[in-house]
Amino acid sequence: MEVVGQLQKQYVDFITSLFREAYLDDQYVQLQKLQDDSNPEFVVEVVSIFFEDSEKLLNDLASSLLVSISLFWVFILCLRPSLLLMVVLFFLLFLFQLYSQQQVVDFKKVDGYVHQFKGSSSSVGAQRVKNACVTLRNFCEEKNLDGCSRYLNLVKQEFYLVKNKLETLLRMEQQILQAGGTVPLLEQVPLLWKQ
Amino acid sequence: MTADEIRAETGSYDKFPVGLRVLAVDDDPICLKLLETLLRKCQYHVTTTSQARMALEMLRENKDRFDLVISDVVMPDMDGFKLLELVGLEMDLPVIMLSANSDPKLVMKGVTHGACDYLVKPIRIEELSNIWQHVIRRKKPDSNSQNKSTAPDKANQANGGGTGTSQVGNPNQNGKLNRKRKDDEDESDDNGLENEDPATQKKPRVVWSIELHRKFVAAVNQLGIEKAVPKRILDMMNVEGLTRENVASHLQKYRLYLKRISSVATRQANMAAALGIKDSPFMRMSSFDGLGDFPTLAGSGRFANAALSPYTTRLNSPAGVNLRSLTPTLIQPNVAQNYSNSISALGKIHPAISAASQNASLFREIPSSLELNPLQQSGCTTGIGNFNSMNDTRILTASSTFKGPRAAVGSSSNSLIPAPNNPMVQHGDSQLTLNGGEFENQSSLSMVPFNSEPYNIGVNCSSNFPDNGKYNETWQSANQLPKLQSISLLSTDPFHGQIALNRVRDNNSSNDPQLHYNLLDISSTTMVSASLEDSREVQCQEGMVGNVLQNMSQPPNQGWGEQKQNYNHTSNNAFDSLNSHIPSNGIASPLGQGLNQNSGIFNGKMDMFSSGQSNEVASTLMQQNEIEISTAESRMRSNDNFLFEQTKLQGGFVPQIYHSLDDLMNVMIKRV
Repeated sequence: MEVVGQLQKQYVDFITSLFREAYLDDQYVQLQKLQDDSNPEFVVEVVSIFFEDSEKLLNDLASSLLVSISLFWVFILCLRPSLLLMVVLFFLLFLFQLYSQQQVVDFKKVDGYVHQFKGSSSSVGAQRVKNACVTLRNFCEEKNLDGCSRYLNLVKQEFYLVKNKLETLLRMEQQILQAGGTVPLLEQVPLLWKQ
Repeated sequence: MTADEIRAETGSYDKFPVGLRVLAVDDDPICLKLLETLLRKCQYHVTTTSQARMALEMLRENKDRFDLVISDVVMPDMDGFKLLELVGLEMDLPVIMLSANSDPKLVMKGVTHGACDYLVKPIRIEELSNIWQHVIRRKKPDSNSQNKSTAPDKANQANGGGTGTSQVGNPNQNGKLNRKRKDDEDESDDNGLENEDPATQKKPRVVWSIELHRKFVAAVNQLGIEKAVPKRILDMMNVEGLTRENVASHLQKYRLYLKRISSVATRQANMAAALGIKDSPFMRMSSFDGLGDFPTLAGSGRFANAALSPYTTRLNSPAGVNLRSLTPTLIQPNVAQNYSNSISALGKIHPAISAASQNASLFREIPSSLELNPLQQSGCTTGIGNFNSMNDTRILTASSTFKGPRAAVGSSSNSLIPAPNNPMVQHGDSQLTLNGGEFENQSSLSMVPFNSEPYNIGVNCSSNFPDNGKYNETWQSANQLPKLQSISLLSTDPFHGQIALNRVRDNNSSNDPQLHYNLLDISSTTMVSASLEDSREVQCQEGMVGNVLQNMSQPPNQGWGEQKQNYNHTSNNAFDSLNSHIPSNGIASPLGQGLNQNSGIFNGKMDMFSSGQSNEVASTLMQQNEIEISTAESRMRSNDNFLFEQTKLQGGFVPQIYHSLDDLMNVMIKRV
């Protein structure tokens, strides 16, 4: 049982740190509460769906923001012009890209994706991801392409981070269960960390 | 399993809201899963779907299957608000909106679209445990006694005391927004007051059903239009649940309507002649039995014109001017024919109406003439009488328009008109009176015929006008028209049109007496034009307008000079509101054909009509109509009673003419 005790302690520490760092929020606790005998794998299920769905969403997001920059470059390279010409062309294309990026990006679409992502991440309790989404949405509303791309990266980053953490957490839970113990539930996130 | 069954199982009535049947719709799988689990935790029965369409199908397939719907706002296949509206409209179930966005604007939007509640993601279980209250609230009237005893809230759960209205989802619950159920519930009560306990909720709207309106009109007539005060009318009507305020507002609308009628009547006279041909669509409308009061009037299309004239005052004068130009083209003879046809068919055209003089003055006289007009059939006269009493000028115009046509027609050799007109006038008058103030635009009349055939004007409108000869009844039964329809029908008057349209859209106006008025209010252009093709509501209105226009245009072609002018004027006004929406094809054809075998005339008329608002439209319409005229004619004839009346009346768009319009049209056609 020491093993279990130890595992449990580790678990608690870990999850507490997650809360403290706002990777997760109270919603996650709610999810845990919903898990019961009739629904033993609830958290795992939800989290897996979250991962899957988010990957897809992020891809859509990225592609909608990227525009068709690559096309230009491909075109250029195919032409094999002289070096000087290439330089000039690159320059021109660069400018054109900047211009076209503004035109081509469908901010509404991006906004839609972000909105959905915000919804799902908040349902799971991924707080940082959610916050990043909110900021990203603001940029979208302002049609700030630069801000959008930057924050998209940030959102992506946060997502992968929280994914990592959650996977670790779930693994720990499994370990505890396998060792015969029960997963300690935090009744609620300490107020300090609640946002 | 219904809640009842569950309760039976548990052997206790205290288990509500256990077993509440919830339908959850959300495109986000995570949220959906979460929602499902949360709801299951609350011991509700959950069905989930990520497709809004699928949700609608499920709901439609069995209305009793769910008690509550929770839907996300942003969904790929359908807007959440749209779903909300549809569910509320078709199934009258409480709907809760869900969104990650807590923007107050969205919340407001949800509320205005009829959502019971708006939840923000992420959802907490505490919030969900309370949703059963919405179900209870909807069913409150039925389950008042049961619920009250157990009401104390158990926010969290299942042990809430409400008895289970297992039927919570029952579509027959008396929601306030119970438009659809109105028919089921309101048999006994004419005025369609909801049966709920007024003390516990905000006062339900009074629905002025046909019978109710009839009573009202009768009371007003008895008292005399000038002496009709709400208190006395109320006493005379002796309807339970009706308050003085209800009567007062209805009276006001009625007065306005009469005023409108009278001013339109002059124009109607002109237009009626022209429109004679086109009456069929209008006629149909008028014969629209089921339609709200006004729709029937509208049916007469012509009436719409007549109605328009009263509104002329309100409507843009340019419209009137335009109409004048159009009036010349009004086909008086046609109108006469139509009138006669319609009159015979309807038999109720007020002579005064048919004669709708193009002159406002004539119209003014009409009220009296309407009343006195021997030609007027008894049924109609009553209506007219009411008119007059209510609003002399208005009625006069309305009636005068009828007279005008008669006179005008007569002058232009439309002997037919006087006779047919009379009945038409009567008809129209009665129509007018029936419709009350709001019937400004006979448009409602036009609507009627409009619906008849292809046009499904305001769906309800048309459907309800199968019978030309019943304009009075239809008119009165107009109330029964789904509110929506009425709205659309009435929209002749821009104001009313708007209201009508709004009403229609809101789906809330079913009980609104205003609707009836709106129905009659053909003026709204929307009715005329688009209504035909589009949503029923809109179509009705537009169609009607179009019909009116057409009708109007037809008569003018007959060459009823002055009458035409007046008629045009009125029609202009009427059409003003119609403006661009004039449903060219649909309306034109029935109108044109029935009324006027001369497509050319029709065009002319249309032009006239449109001058007010959309000349181009009119002309376009006319042209289109020409083609359709032939086809429409047959239709028009049938429906025309109403229209004919109008045309005959030459602007005396007596709303009541709708029946007579058909007659008129027939007559006119024969002549032609």
